[in-house]
Amino acid sequence: MRASFDEMQASSTTVRDHYRVYDRWLAQQPGDVMRSRREEAEMIFRRVGITFAVYGAKDEDGSGTERLIPFDLIPRVIPAAEWASMEAGLRQRVTALNRFIHDVYHGQEIIKAGIVPGDQIFKNAQFRPEMMGVDVPGSVYSHISGIDIVRAANPDGSGSYYVLEDNLRVPSGVSYMLENRKMMMRLFPDLFSQHRVAPVAHYPDLLLETLRAVAPAAVNDPTVVVLTPGMYNSAYFEHAFLAQQMGVELVEGQDLFVKDNFVYMRTTQGPKRVDVIYRRVDDDFLDPLAFRPDSTLGCAGLLSVYRAGNVTLSNAIGTGVADDKSVYPYVPKMIEFYLGEKPILNNVPTWQCREAEDLKYVLAHLGELVVKEVHGAGGYGMLVGPAASKDEIADFRKALEANPAGYIAQPTLSLSTCPTFVDSGIAPRHIDLRPFVLSGKTVQMVPGGLTRVALKEGSLVVNSSQGGGTKDTWVLEA
Amino acid sequence: MLSRTADHLFWMARYMERAENTARMLDVNYQTSLLPQSADAVVNGWKGLLSISELSPDYASRYGEIDARKVMDYMVSDERNPSSIYSCLMAARENARAVRGTLTTEVWETQNQTWLEFQRMLRHKTFQKDPGEGFEWVKFRSHLSRGVTVGTMLQDEAFHFLRIGSFLERADNTARMLDVKFHAVESEFFGTGAANGNGNAKDQEYDFYHWSAILRSVSGFEVYRKAYRNVIKPEKVAELLILRADMPRSLAACMDEVVNNLRQVANEQSSDTLRRAGRLQADLRFGRIDEILATGLHAFLTQFLERVGTLGVGISRDFLVPVAA
Repeated sequence: MRASFDEMQASSTTVRDHYRVYDRWLAQQPGDVMRSRREEAEMIFRRVGITFAVYGAKDEDGSGTERLIPFDLIPRVIPAAEWASMEAGLRQRVTALNRFIHDVYHGQEIIKAGIVPGDQIFKNAQFRPEMMGVDVPGSVYSHISGIDIVRAANPDGSGSYYVLEDNLRVPSGVSYMLENRKMMMRLFPDLFSQHRVAPVAHYPDLLLETLRAVAPAAVNDPTVVVLTPGMYNSAYFEHAFLAQQMGVELVEGQDLFVKDNFVYMRTTQGPKRVDVIYRRVDDDFLDPLAFRPDSTLGCAGLLSVYRAGNVTLSNAIGTGVADDKSVYPYVPKMIEFYLGEKPILNNVPTWQCREAEDLKYVLAHLGELVVKEVHGAGGYGMLVGPAASKDEIADFRKALEANPAGYIAQPTLSLSTCPTFVDSGIAPRHIDLRPFVLSGKTVQMVPGGLTRVALKEGSLVVNSSQGGGTKDTWVLEA
Repeated sequence: MLSRTADHLFWMARYMERAENTARMLDVNYQTSLLPQSADAVVNGWKGLLSISELSPDYASRYGEIDARKVMDYMVSDERNPSSIYSCLMAARENARAVRGTLTTEVWETQNQTWLEFQRMLRHKTFQKDPGEGFEWVKFRSHLSRGVTVGTMLQDEAFHFLRIGSFLERADNTARMLDVKFHAVESEFFGTGAANGNGNAKDQEYDFYHWSAILRSVSGFEVYRKAYRNVIKPEKVAELLILRADMPRSLAACMDEVVNNLRQVANEQSSDTLRRAGRLQADLRFGRIDEILATGLHAFLTQFLERVGTLGVGISRDFLVPVAA
């Protein structure tokens, strides 16, 4: 049997210290309380309209594509000491990544030093030559970073945290982190009187502070907006939520226009200048004059205003060059190169299929490895060897042999589990964690992040588009 | 405020108001159809309802014969009918969703809850089992929506555009409801009885039920009694619903609200729209019912609807996302 690590149970009979009070509380709850609380939560989520859209899906009654992300009632608890070291690691990692992006678009010292191969950068579709030599405020590119972290079991039964991937383009999910906490406090107020749970509700404040801090230097009182692709985007709720919480306008591409190298929005009182755009639109769609000409989601001429330093885009254009899975293996070395420090957070060991040696190993061990498309996202285009059928492995082998450089492989980590309330009762399910790191004048974050849970028994895929759910995440002060 | 945001707010309020008025018209027709009368008269009632909403051709092409059940289905749950309660509630909610950040949580949740509840009612066939209860529910959701808006929203631009939407739509709807008789019997003015002075008792009785139905459709029956302490007289009904500024669904009251709110949001290019609105308001404030009736009620209402339409186009052009054509 493979090693496993449960966040709550140290063994089948003992509960870890930081779950002890919760465990006692849970034992006192009559069985139907949890079930009725779950129904209550669903009802509230629907009424509040905390939904996401699934591409191409239709509800049974044909009434639309709005779904709830399943919310699990049992919190994921992280002891404060563990969080303190994770926070230091995140700060370090995101700082190095920002330094890296700046370097890529300026002196390229890290390539000259032979640490990251040049073709890994220049052949990357996420590399934006338009950004060469462009200076952004504070040299910060990724203002909002979502770093996916998992805990994996070691053979001795202990667990270690690993960074699974960095999301430096438009990471989403923070609204669920906030709504989950609100929901837990509403459903189980007594739990919060028994625990010292670090609050997270000030995230929108930190976000606004960050966005204001990176406004063009000449602007005193910057106008910040959130740019959304529109209400049919899967993350629309989050866009509207963040705009509302920050008290800024939620704009669509059609609301913006460029004049005399500044960006304006159309208002009922005429044009108003915009200084910082927290854009939730991918690079490709930002400016039809510069990128995809068929895009209606962006604003024509935006890139030229941006390059002139008259508007800040958050995140910057071209951050994708640093969160690509093919660049991921180099992050520990970046930390040493730019900061002269030892990485605090572990990377998962990674085979790069572009290297002949690595490819050979991967092809020989497909049944044990997780193979990922370098540019894939959302849990699509990956092979989980131990869970795949012979046919699936054979198909994937063909795809991999046809384009080795498009893939990386990692050992199948035994992701930690957390007790989860499912139809059959309380059962362990695999989880991950996405903390949100804000970089402006300083690097800030709220304790914890979004915990995603794979609701299907044995499944390792936590993405909401593939049946994943979420949990409230508690950083517990001792 | 973003022009697009103002646009969504304006239309959110309009669609909610339209849902209410569709429910009101259906309710009155449904109640009236229960009175003892000829089959023709009943059909005429439903015909009139489609006609004032300018939906007769669409209905005929898809449903054929006029039939009470079919007309009700068409006006309640047909998603291809832009004036059906279904379409209005969905559009109101979609518009609200597009600007949920601008609304208070209470306003958004009310709108969202209305839509969710309506879908549940359709599944349970509430409108078929008990149409009266269904229509009453729509009216109260609309009351709630307006009440929550007034009770929770900052009185800023967002609020004013919501109010403009509500009252412009209500002006349009009240005018159409007043005009229903013209459409129903295709004769000018008060029906055969009053118009030529030699009507028989049957006509007068019909008139009573007709005008009291119109009053009820705008919650005006009790108001009428209170205001006039008199039997139902057509010219008084017309006066109440057109000129009395203290009657909340009258044309005059609607225009007062439109003008007041329009003034609050005025911008550099809106002066002509404001002027037109003001003139329409003045016509109602200083108008007299005998003058209006001398011109002909139908002619007056037709012209009023045109002016309200022009006003809507002007508001879109000056503040919102301009409408095509």
